[in-house]
Amino acid sequence: MLFAIPFYAVACIAFGTIDPIFRDAVPQWNPLAWDFTQARQIFASLATGPLRGVAVRTVLYVACAMAICFLIGFPIAYFLARHAGKRKLLLLVLIIVPFWVNYLMRMLAWVNLLSNDGLFTRFMRIFGVNYNWLDGSPITVVLGLVYGYIPFLILPLYATLERLDWRLIDAARDLGANSRQAFRLVTVPMSKAGLVAAGILIALPMFGDYYTNDLLSRSPSTEMIGNQIEFFLNASTLPQNGAVLVIALSMFLLLLMSFYLRSTRQQTRQTAR
Amino acid sequence: MKRNKKSALVYIVWGYIIWSLVPVIIAVIYSFNDGRSRTVWQGFSLRWWFTDPYASVFHNPETRNAISNSLMLAFATLLVVTPLGITLAIGSQRIRGRGSHVVQGLTSAPLITPEIVVGAALLITFTRLFTAVPLGFAAQLLGNVTFSLASVVVIVRARLVSIGSSFEEAARDLGATRWQALRYVLLPMLWPSVMASLVVVFATVIDDFVITSFLSSGVNSETVPLRIYSSVKGGATPALNALATLLVLASFTVLIIGLFGLSTWRKRHGERGGLRAALADVTQMEN
Repeated sequence: MLFAIPFYAVACIAFGTIDPIFRDAVPQWNPLAWDFTQARQIFASLATGPLRGVAVRTVLYVACAMAICFLIGFPIAYFLARHAGKRKLLLLVLIIVPFWVNYLMRMLAWVNLLSNDGLFTRFMRIFGVNYNWLDGSPITVVLGLVYGYIPFLILPLYATLERLDWRLIDAARDLGANSRQAFRLVTVPMSKAGLVAAGILIALPMFGDYYTNDLLSRSPSTEMIGNQIEFFLNASTLPQNGAVLVIALSMFLLLLMSFYLRSTRQQTRQTAR
Repeated sequence: MKRNKKSALVYIVWGYIIWSLVPVIIAVIYSFNDGRSRTVWQGFSLRWWFTDPYASVFHNPETRNAISNSLMLAFATLLVVTPLGITLAIGSQRIRGRGSHVVQGLTSAPLITPEIVVGAALLITFTRLFTAVPLGFAAQLLGNVTFSLASVVVIVRARLVSIGSSFEEAARDLGATRWQALRYVLLPMLWPSVMASLVVVFATVIDDFVITSFLSSGVNSETVPLRIYSSVKGGATPALNALATLLVLASFTVLIIGLFGLSTWRKRHGERGGLRAALADVTQMEN
């Protein structure tokens, strides 16, 4: 029995987790349906051909959204971890709330605000800004990504920063570092593993996102790789292309994931010490 | 100087909170709009909730169909995934040595795999390989089980780690069989983590869009998120806002029941940690 349970569990876990990786195996199972020329073509197209725009755009949008997320998210997490005081629980609850509000609801809320007679559009017109937000605007897509994923960044960041030993920063200050130096030389290096992990945690779903884009822009000029995958698999007669793109995306993401696993392991080692 | 910096941070935090919540609150308010517009306020009414005999959330047949599909999918997933997840957590916990790292890596991988990858993989699997599983409810159920299994395993295993092996060993020393120790000692102690995973899985499944959408077979397996998604694209009435509000209400109801249950359980069993510990339990894995 003692042996049976773990073996059974390993088999089941292997089954449960290999599923996401299944698509890498699928081509080997029906080699007839998949020939490598197609894959090579798509890869070439991603690198230099017509899909290059999509690939570059995906990376660019995600990079911008990540930068904004960190710019907003880090100060918030820092404040929660260090200065929140009595209000901490209240603030935490308020920051956790968007976690539990459906993603589509949050996007719908912005579609309403940004539409032609939406509140936000009308509000901006007061300042003379007359912008067609929902008509293939990269700004809207990036801000949509930020709005969608930032809660998922703040919480892990907060968890990392809260675990830091702040006495070390006080020590650095006592030893003559000014606050900026203490931040740069103590806080950042100590929380680096956590920062990387939290960043990857939101980068992964952003790279695979297609619905934000679809809801907020719907224009081919802002398409990301997720849109292409969704299009090829659900709406076209070329599911092979979709599958190849999924492989390309997951190879890229696997790289990020291994970084993630490494930095979380680093983090647990640090806290264990 | 220091005070200034701190107060600047306070503004950022409150600014963020307002920015993150107000659009949603506005969307909820507009579900009570009297007109057909989701953007221009025309007075208060309940027509998109109850009174309109065709277009309101509780009367429109398509919306009702989506709601029942969503609930069925969520409960079916819970029924499958909870026992499976507990078994796997206990099993994987018993693996010692080098294997344990591998197992831990494997269980946390699905948690961070983007849904589009899982969805696309499952779609290909069900349409090419296991063609016995038809797209629609069955495929959606299996897909959601695959996706949410990992969170149950992780939550339950965290609890197992904090319990440690001493209680089970004590039971064994007092003459319990291995099965009895598991059944009467370990399982009751797992209860908070089971509750937490019920909440998390319910919320994940009822909110899930990508996997459910990849594996749906058209109108008869349309869930609430799918319906919201397809109607945002067309011009829709405030009934859409009402439907989305309903979805939010569903997850918050379950969350609050879960938090309440967790903290009463903790209190009754003399474990420390009130609301905050319970919150930590349920939010831990939501990312």
